Amino acid sequence: MHNVALQWIDYAIIALYTAFVVGIGFALKRYMKTSSDYLTSGRSIPTWVTGLAFISANLGALELVGMAASGAKYGVVTAHFYWVGAIPAMVFLAVFMMPFYYGSKARSVPEYLKMRFDERVRALNSISFAVMTVFASGISMNALAKLLHQLLGWNYDLSLWICSGIVLLYVLKGGLTSAIYTEVLQFFMIVLGFAPVVYLALKDVGGWGAMTSALQTVAHNPAALALKPEGTTYAANAWTSAWQPLLGGPTQNPLGVDWFAMVFGLGFVLSFGYWCTNFLVVQRAMAARNMGAARRTPLVAAIPKMLFPALVILPGMLAVALAVIPGKGYRLPSPPVHEARMEAAIAAVNAAPASSEAVIQAVGMKMDAAKVSALVAENSTHKLDDAVLRTRIQDAVAENDYDGVILSLVKRYCPPGMLGLALTALLASFMSGMAGNVTAFNTVWTYDLYQAYIAPNKTDGHYMWMGRFITVVGILLSILAAYFASRWTNAMDIIQLVFGFVNAPLFATFLLGMFWARCTGTGAFIGLILGMGTSALFHAVTFTTGNLAGVKGGYLAMLHAFPSDMAQNFWLAATAFTVCLLATAGISLATRQAKTVDEMRGLVYSLTPKLKEEEQNFFLRPAVFGSLLIVACVILNVIFW
Amino acid sequence: MGLDIRWPIGLMFSIVGLLLAGYGLVTGGEIYKCSMGININLIWGCVLLVFGAIMLTLAKIGSAKTPEEKK
Repeated sequence: MHNVALQWIDYAIIALYTAFVVGIGFALKRYMKTSSDYLTSGRSIPTWVTGLAFISANLGALELVGMAASGAKYGVVTAHFYWVGAIPAMVFLAVFMMPFYYGSKARSVPEYLKMRFDERVRALNSISFAVMTVFASGISMNALAKLLHQLLGWNYDLSLWICSGIVLLYVLKGGLTSAIYTEVLQFFMIVLGFAPVVYLALKDVGGWGAMTSALQTVAHNPAALALKPEGTTYAANAWTSAWQPLLGGPTQNPLGVDWFAMVFGLGFVLSFGYWCTNFLVVQRAMAARNMGAARRTPLVAAIPKMLFPALVILPGMLAVALAVIPGKGYRLPSPPVHEARMEAAIAAVNAAPASSEAVIQAVGMKMDAAKVSALVAENSTHKLDDAVLRTRIQDAVAENDYDGVILSLVKRYCPPGMLGLALTALLASFMSGMAGNVTAFNTVWTYDLYQAYIAPNKTDGHYMWMGRFITVVGILLSILAAYFASRWTNAMDIIQLVFGFVNAPLFATFLLGMFWARCTGTGAFIGLILGMGTSALFHAVTFTTGNLAGVKGGYLAMLHAFPSDMAQNFWLAATAFTVCLLATAGISLATRQAKTVDEMRGLVYSLTPKLKEEEQNFFLRPAVFGSLLIVACVILNVIFW
Repeated sequence: MGLDIRWPIGLMFSIVGLLLAGYGLVTGGEIYKCSMGININLIWGCVLLVFGAIMLTLAKIGSAKTPEEKK
């Protein structure tokens, strides 16, 4: 990968942004008087701010990078992660669940679980959540430091510590408020930093029509870009329609899923499980200044969320289109050849007699045989420079580094100045992801673990101190997790997999807890554990076609083969959810309800007096606002049918 | 909470906008080859400046309103 040289203007923009986020932290410091100011923002923030923070906490850089990658791999279908996999759940959270979260006066999602069920459920949820947030922010910081190293040649350790240090500075000073405020700033930074790149790419491709026709060529023969194995072919609209390829079945679309897995697995189980129960996002809504504001937070967030595909998925599609249009001189980035392997490959090219097989073997990746033999032939007639050889060998790699797509576009289109802005946007997305995780972590630690089990009945000042202290610890743990992720990529994959298991059934517990008064603590606890066990078991007995058994599933048996990881993932979630739902319900009926009706008032739908819609403005009522959003979302789906 | 976030957002984007647009004014030619001859710094700098100005205006209107709302 080529390093990019930054000009003074680029540094100036990055420095300005950094100065502002840190400045916000310092400006807020004087308002931090109690632990609740620090950890829950004292419930005082206006709706549009919590709404944008809600979306920004989720818009980590992994999302930006990953969605562009999926846009390239799967096309418009990726938008379902937004339209099916987010909007309905966000509306549900606002209309049905927020009244209980906010009305219960719980300070966190685990605390709600304690009020509704018992300590066991809270402990299970808070411990798994705390560990997960640390790893999530570590993974994201590792990605950032790696990227700064590859792109700008900055030192990995230095990048990691400095970026974490900046986040620490503003979160330590201003707590959750500071994280939320900077998330709003970061939201605008991300949108305004990437929009011009998308615009330039779209213009270069020649507009929407040109992109569509280029993508039709791709759909006909995706193997030409190494997107799919040789011989795969799809209908012309595989990259440009959202639903038609899904209806044709898993073999008819690049994502490899059918519509039922998409709607039930992603749209219901995974999406509701994330948006409605993940404290990272729910915390933003709980910081709102009143019930109305809290309920409108996810709704305000849904508006930009619905439109994000244009910013994050479109670049991936444009990159694929560019790669197939002749004369553009663009190719999807290939994964960088490891230094030692590169040297071996160069030696193999220079060897006499040189053979293409030896070169391909040295690189150890899939190579374009024609390009390699051309290179070998050319080098044998007259010796090429090492620098040229490097570029040519890298170019001959016939694999795609999808995560590099967004950066390759930034590099291609950004002159100095714009480059600084786009990089700042990327930095902003990493920082908002980390700050979001750290602020959720410190609240759960302080209130749900420290206050609940380690040191109850201390003064508020003590918890305030603990909140700050654990912020520092949280950042240090994240850095540790980042190093862990950089050394043991496979271990990290396993950890993420395990969190997938833990999260998959969670929504069933909340659904029954909030809407069924008979649901008991024992039922919830055992149901949840059975649900998690089911997802682990499901993963152990199924696998994905094309993957080696035992690597991604199938350790115990191979009962079923899924056409893609995504399909396996969706079905896993659906199964775990169903088992958790049935087990929780069954065990609840068999056990005694320990909570009285009075204790559950405000926590369960049927026992809570209906909220009066106090809003003057008809359109701002959550149910009305939410319905409008759903209609808008349906319209988008129809347009891209 | 005491701070209106629109002030820092408005201020930051105004400064970045000015910086970019200014840079766009004094540069040209070769460096814009990659953006297909479009002086994207000048154009986008102006967009950011306008956005920053709108944020500042909203903050100003907001700060005029707040004392009344509190009563």
